[in-house]
Amino acid sequence: MPITTAHLKPETSVEEKESTEASSSFAANIFMGRLVTKQVLPYPQALNEEQQQELKELVSPVSRFFKEINNPAANEAAEAVEEGTMAGLREMGAFGLQVPMQYGGLGLRNTQYARLVEEVGAADLAVGIVLGAHQSIGYKAILLYGTEEQKKQYLPRLASGEQMAAFCLTEPASGSDAASIKTYAKPSPCGQYFTLSGNKLWISNGGTAEVFTVFAKTPVPGDKEKISAFIVERGFGGVTSGPPEKKMGIKASNTAEVSFDNVRVPASNLLGELGSGFKVAMNVLNNGRFGMAAALSGTMKSAIACAVEHANNRVQFGRKINEFGAIQEKLARATTMQYATESMAYLLSANMDAGSTDYQIEAAISKVFASEAAWNVVDESLQILGGMGYMQECGMEKMLRDLRIFRIFEGTNDILRLFIALTGMQRAGTHLQGLQKAIRSPFSQPSLLTSELSRRARRRMGLGTGQSLKGKIHPELDEIGKELVGCITTLGSTIEALLMKHGKRIIDQQFHLKCVAEATMDIYAMIAVISRTSRTLELHLPSAQHEKLLCETFCLEASERVVHNLQAATSSRTGLVFRNMALITAALSQHGGTVHSHPISF
Amino acid sequence: MAFRVLVGVKRVIDYAVKVRVKPDKSGVVTDGVKHSMNPFCEIALEEAVRLKEKSLASEVIAVSCGPQQCQEVIRTALAIGADRGIHVEVPANDELGPLQVSKVFAALVKKEDVGLVLLGKQAIDDDCNQTGQMIAGLLDWSQGTFVSEMTVEGETLKVVREVDGGLETVRLKLPSVITADLRLNEPRYATLPNIMKAKKKRLDVLKIKDLGVELSPRFQVLSIDEPPQREAGVTVESTADLVKKLKEIGKI
Ligand SMILES: Cc1cc2nc3c(=O)[nH]c(=O)nc-3n(C[C@H](O)[C@H](O)[C@H](O)COP(=O)(O)OP(=O)(O)OC[C@H]3O[C@@H](n4cnc5c(N)ncnc54)[C@H](O)[C@@H]3O)c2cc1C
Repeated sequence: MPITTAHLKPETSVEEKESTEASSSFAANIFMGRLVTKQVLPYPQALNEEQQQELKELVSPVSRFFKEINNPAANEAAEAVEEGTMAGLREMGAFGLQVPMQYGGLGLRNTQYARLVEEVGAADLAVGIVLGAHQSIGYKAILLYGTEEQKKQYLPRLASGEQMAAFCLTEPASGSDAASIKTYAKPSPCGQYFTLSGNKLWISNGGTAEVFTVFAKTPVPGDKEKISAFIVERGFGGVTSGPPEKKMGIKASNTAEVSFDNVRVPASNLLGELGSGFKVAMNVLNNGRFGMAAALSGTMKSAIACAVEHANNRVQFGRKINEFGAIQEKLARATTMQYATESMAYLLSANMDAGSTDYQIEAAISKVFASEAAWNVVDESLQILGGMGYMQECGMEKMLRDLRIFRIFEGTNDILRLFIALTGMQRAGTHLQGLQKAIRSPFSQPSLLTSELSRRARRRMGLGTGQSLKGKIHPELDEIGKELVGCITTLGSTIEALLMKHGKRIIDQQFHLKCVAEATMDIYAMIAVISRTSRTLELHLPSAQHEKLLCETFCLEASERVVHNLQAATSSRTGLVFRNMALITAALSQHGGTVHSHPISF
Repeated sequence: MAFRVLVGVKRVIDYAVKVRVKPDKSGVVTDGVKHSMNPFCEIALEEAVRLKEKSLASEVIAVSCGPQQCQEVIRTALAIGADRGIHVEVPANDELGPLQVSKVFAALVKKEDVGLVLLGKQAIDDDCNQTGQMIAGLLDWSQGTFVSEMTVEGETLKVVREVDGGLETVRLKLPSVITADLRLNEPRYATLPNIMKAKKKRLDVLKIKDLGVELSPRFQVLSIDEPPQREAGVTVESTADLVKKLKEIGKI
């Protein structure tokens, strides 16, 4: 969903400004070519022994519930989660996983939540969306920004699942560009209420929810109109839902238009400060991304298990198909992707549990990486099943259809790639400006200048920057660690070159930005994997050597992609390709489709 | 008059796990393998919790014998509705058979003033199907095994037993030992809120010596083997072919 490029311009990005200096975010720092390992090494452990034990006890009933009670095919056929399953989920406590206990929830930490939704993702993504639209976005703003009264009033009934919640941002004319919404909330002269009107499109749980987090424009004293967030109840009157949309996948999840017609919303239902709605929306999404990565790691795990089972048994040309290199490549690569996604999901959730607030690049990376990885993994798993994969009875085609939406909603992956690249580059840009100032008056920050200048000089001379992972990771991974540091250095110099060349206009260089984002994602995936494998090796876990194989395989391929993408971002050849693409598209647009003539001339 | 119920909850390798034999044939691989509550114990526990809900039982105590990790199973039992738990600690490598466990239960019955012992008819790991019978023997109590229906009628229990060839209905005098068959009930799931609440319930840990029972094994395991691999069969076209094949392999 909705991240606008407007949001990326310095004046609107309050959050970034605060943390530009001395960020401990790994991802933010690599844009400056810096290796900052505080958040990533050693692989953080969020849970103490008791919480770990508690989680262990929680996982098995959830996993059993999804194996024995939930019926994905029946849900899909009914285009709704079966009532028995809903009742079971309510009893289970599944609607209030992270709501503090005093409001009737389970009070789980992010890491615990992640582990549980992994089970959901492994079993039925449609149910995952019903649950996620409710608690990961539907009422998350109440958790994050609600007043004590609002929490007391709403959380108990939402946590129990007695009422469902939905998140209403998207509108017919406003998708990715969320700042452009037209829904309007007019304050009453008495100041007691707002009158809210507008149409929200494709709202998950839109037809079933009783409580809505609604984003609307409001006049802000002394300012232009700004977005504010509201808690709106269906019972307020004037709230209507359209029929459930017919869709490609996640059919059991209700998606509907929600219309607000002069709804009278008490002023006490304003969420957060007046005019802070955009920040509320972005932070709600930002805060929930780890869960998507965790759920999709579960999905991939299921798909891989199914593909392995088939490959172990299917005989063609007199051999089990798992003996063929082409099948091995698919299975192994799928596993490295799952491993990387899982490593990222729990790295991020642990950072969040440790109280980090500077994780927006990491969160965006996790969403994009996980949804792309899952798409590839399930697609290739389906391929391994051959014709059987295409059959409904095997369940894989449903998984693939269900998955597709993850690359579209909660910020399309294209928009999030821009967000990753621009957020990082903006910080790097600020850093560069700081350097320019320091160069002008070198005595103000002599240490910054000397360290930075010598680092760059060394980099230019190909000497390396003196940064290293040695001693921070398991020695068996040192070689891979070196590759990663190399990638980070190259990213730093590429960003610098791009900023020098394009300046502020970089915002419109989307081809280049995409390359940068891809490289950044691979680098973050590499550190997540290296860190996790290091820990496994140190603990001598039974799977240590296998994980080393996964780590090595993933990193070798990823670092090659990084090199390729960074070269593409600066090379004149790809510059030509990019220019051509703009020209081709211009012709297509003008022509209303393909322009080329047909080989047999008609 | 409500009575106290003792329920056995055994920790076994999860039913969905493919069990593997250790290379030295001394047992099966248990390290890093998922364990859970024996499914028949779940049924026994469900029945006990229902008795409590109908105020027929005054208290439900869940008991598990074995290593430290048994407490996980007891916690699950507490989440499902047992009032308190007792873990009788026995190191992992000590052999616990039906006789040893029966002695532990008999001692606990006396210690806790129990009126009914509810167990699964057997555990899915060793499939012994002996513990209930032995407890009844040691205590000289009535017993109802393979029970698929049970009703408390004053000082007696009416139970329906699944026997070969049909159902047998018997009336037992309390106190009694009951072992649950598959159809007795459909056990509920532990819900997450109840799992959290169960953390506050009491779980006592006892040592064997606290109970004064003697556990020396009465038999020795010589070897554990995988079941033989079933060889792929062949399809024959006709009776003549079948006869020919059978002759070839020397069966006729
Ligand atoms: C099943 C489903 C459930 C949903 N649930 C919810 C919900 O619960 N709440 C809610 O508020 N919304 C929800 N949505 C809406 C969803 O978040 C939006 O569809 C999404 O944000 C994209 O907006 P759009 O569809 O208008 O696409 P657009 O924004 O119109 O984008 C179309 C294409 O253009 C690309 N694009 C747009 N702008 C740029 C740019 N500046 N640079 C480069 N490329 C660009 C996009 O990446 C995309 O590929 C849901 C949608 C679906 C399909």
